[in-house]
Amino acid sequence: MENSPDPAPSLLEVRGLSKSFGAVRALQEVDFTLRAGEIHALLGENGAGKSTLIKVVTGVFPRDAGIVRLGGEEVAPRSAKAALQAGIATVYQEVNLLPNLSVAQNLFLDRQPMRFGIVREGEMRRRAKALLADFGLDIDVSAPLGSYSVAVQHVTAIARAVDLSARVLILDEPTASLDRHEVEILFGIMRQLAKRGIGIVFVSHFLDQVYEISDRITVLRNGRLVGEREAASLPRIELIRMMLGRELAETTSARAAAGEQMPREICASFENYGKAGYIAPFNLELRHGEVVGLAGLLGSGRTETARLVFGAERADRGQARVEGAPVRLQSPRDGVRHGFGYCPEERKTDGIVAELTVRENIVLALQAKRGLHRPLSRREQDEIARRYVKMLDIRPSDPERPVGLLSGGNQQKVLLARWLATSPRLLVLDEPTRGIDVGAHAEIIRLIRGLCDDGLALLVISSELDEIVTYSDRVVVLRDRAHVEELAGEAIDVGSILTAIAADGASIAHEGRA
Amino acid sequence: MKGLPPVLITAIVLVAGFALCAVQFPNIASTRVVGNLLTDNAFLGIVATGMTFVIISGGIDLSVGSVIGFTTVFVALAIERWGVPPLLAFVAILAISAAFGAAMGAIIHVFDLPPFIVTLAGMFLARGASFLLSTESVPITAPVYSTVSDFALRMAGGGRLTAIAIIMLVIVIGGALLLQLTRFGANVYALGGNRAAASLMGVAVGRMTVRIYMLSSVLAGIAGIVFSFYTSAGYSLSAVGVELDTIAAVVIGGTLLTGGQGSVIGTFLGVLIQGLIQTYINFDGTLSSWWTKIATGVLLFAFIALQQGLVALARRPAAKSVGAAS
Repeated sequence: MENSPDPAPSLLEVRGLSKSFGAVRALQEVDFTLRAGEIHALLGENGAGKSTLIKVVTGVFPRDAGIVRLGGEEVAPRSAKAALQAGIATVYQEVNLLPNLSVAQNLFLDRQPMRFGIVREGEMRRRAKALLADFGLDIDVSAPLGSYSVAVQHVTAIARAVDLSARVLILDEPTASLDRHEVEILFGIMRQLAKRGIGIVFVSHFLDQVYEISDRITVLRNGRLVGEREAASLPRIELIRMMLGRELAETTSARAAAGEQMPREICASFENYGKAGYIAPFNLELRHGEVVGLAGLLGSGRTETARLVFGAERADRGQARVEGAPVRLQSPRDGVRHGFGYCPEERKTDGIVAELTVRENIVLALQAKRGLHRPLSRREQDEIARRYVKMLDIRPSDPERPVGLLSGGNQQKVLLARWLATSPRLLVLDEPTRGIDVGAHAEIIRLIRGLCDDGLALLVISSELDEIVTYSDRVVVLRDRAHVEELAGEAIDVGSILTAIAADGASIAHEGRA
Repeated sequence: MKGLPPVLITAIVLVAGFALCAVQFPNIASTRVVGNLLTDNAFLGIVATGMTFVIISGGIDLSVGSVIGFTTVFVALAIERWGVPPLLAFVAILAISAAFGAAMGAIIHVFDLPPFIVTLAGMFLARGASFLLSTESVPITAPVYSTVSDFALRMAGGGRLTAIAIIMLVIVIGGALLLQLTRFGANVYALGGNRAAASLMGVAVGRMTVRIYMLSSVLAGIAGIVFSFYTSAGYSLSAVGVELDTIAAVVIGGTLLTGGQGSVIGTFLGVLIQGLIQTYINFDGTLSSWWTKIATGVLLFAFIALQQGLVALARRPAAKSVGAAS
């Protein structure tokens, strides 16, 4: 870096940190070094271990192994409060302050100026105003925090942290809900704090912002350290490769070779479809017997696309058609009515009903589609459950077992079965292989291709690029909440997807959210 | 904050209700009636003050009615049967109440249990214990009782501000100051706003929980003592269901049942509204007293709907500013 020829002393040193949750190894021997006065980006896809690293360092989770040194001294905070006292403060995306209290109370909670056991309200307000003035904020500090924008709440949280003499400030996705102008203000504050010698850890999935503000970048993947680089000398495509972890193996689409000769019939199409502030308008055609993959980084608009297509979110422009006929998709019910199915990413919270049995989970969507007045008889239910348990090889094969007791891969199959039972024409799968062991992984992919051969249209989201390449007929690449490229046939390979994701999108970065 | 704060709405409802009653029965608008209203609802005002703290902190205390019942029986037996000096009996019962509340708070915090269940258990426990002491009504004849009952400040217009009304007013004012002006009060709001965040910001959540339930139980104990002055007796079946009247008063007073917002003054107004309805029914003479419950129920519905409306209103501008991001 031009501003620090000789390395500044390291402020926070993490060495060999490991943490497991049950059998899942969330962090394996991770090293991380933060220097005083630097802004250090911590990057990685979902499940890479960023949050776990932050939570272990700040004492929210106990660590299994490794040491943390702050200013050369070993620290082992047992709670976020202890970490704060040691000088490590975290500001989360969901601001962890109290929206019902005044801004001043939030800044001085538990350390208000007192006289005779009574809070000196006037004095507290005066100090709060002075403190926020340092951050360029001139607001009524007696108003409840919740009445202000997220940006103000963030600045308030940072001001509180800094005022508590933080030496290390961790900002977890601070810009996710800020507009461009607010981001500028926040960056200004970050630079100013860095000048004062505070070390800032910046977690974000907006790469443009990472390049704009960071001195150095550390990338994690699958709980391991991939590398630490100077931001200025790290090409964007190299960074994305580090995050997605794909060597440029020249795997081309297996399906492309198989036969995209005959033109397939269009199952559903979306023209200029979009929603303001959610995802930029896009055109998308989904054909029978075809898999369309959605590729992009976290937050690029993949799930947003899926939710619009299914009707879980209402579009405010554009036209959707099913089998050529114009339709309105106002709710998931509409989606189901038109023969769409959606397996969401958060299987545990949005998908399965853990307490219900495999059978009950499988017939759920079908029953909902038929309506309450035409209940499925127990015999029909048993029949359906047995058929899909056999077809998808769900194990254990007992349809009366609560789904919560099954492995992740089998839960995913139950979800698939639920939608297949409704005989859909289009199935949307959001990260169908996340959190599934390797064997089940291959099986799900095999299933996806099998379904497709039966004439189903599939829209699949995945962060695993080689997986997308393996099963997709076409790949739509997203960046900054917009569809930026569509690859088909021979053009589909990991390299070209990476290139599309990495293309310098600085100019599009925020217009996409307008 | 848009529109009227809930407390102001409660105040308007009270004033409007009082004016309506006064139009129909001009006699209501007298210090005599107001004095009686304060006296009749003294115990409710005291216990509701404690409940306000609990609900703002995001909890609930179902045990207060039983604690009042237990207190009246304990005090009556202690004074009449066991020969304990009244003052000592009061100190003893307040110590018991404090321990009882602290235990509930500790259980809620340590085992991370819902306050509803823990205080429901406390409610059965306290009620059962009072039956254990005595199933009969025990009259209290100690001289201090007649002295206190006879004491009253004369108000202009012939009204009497009785001792127990004064105790209630002092507690309401004290409670309001405690909630608004102290660090303890700020922490109560913090707990109700977001427990996890409050903990991260350094609030000793465990200690606060214990203290809040202790405060509620002690105030219930004081309410029990006041109730025993009011009835000059101890009876294990007294104050059955008072916890619900109390919660109703707190909610009508503009406190959010989900915690984080509310005021003692609002609660006091809520108590007065309930008292006013009762007074109206007494004046009317033809209505059965169950109309109090019906009117209270209707008011509760109205206030909950109103609060939801206010909450929705408060959310909208925030959503707008995010949506406008460009």
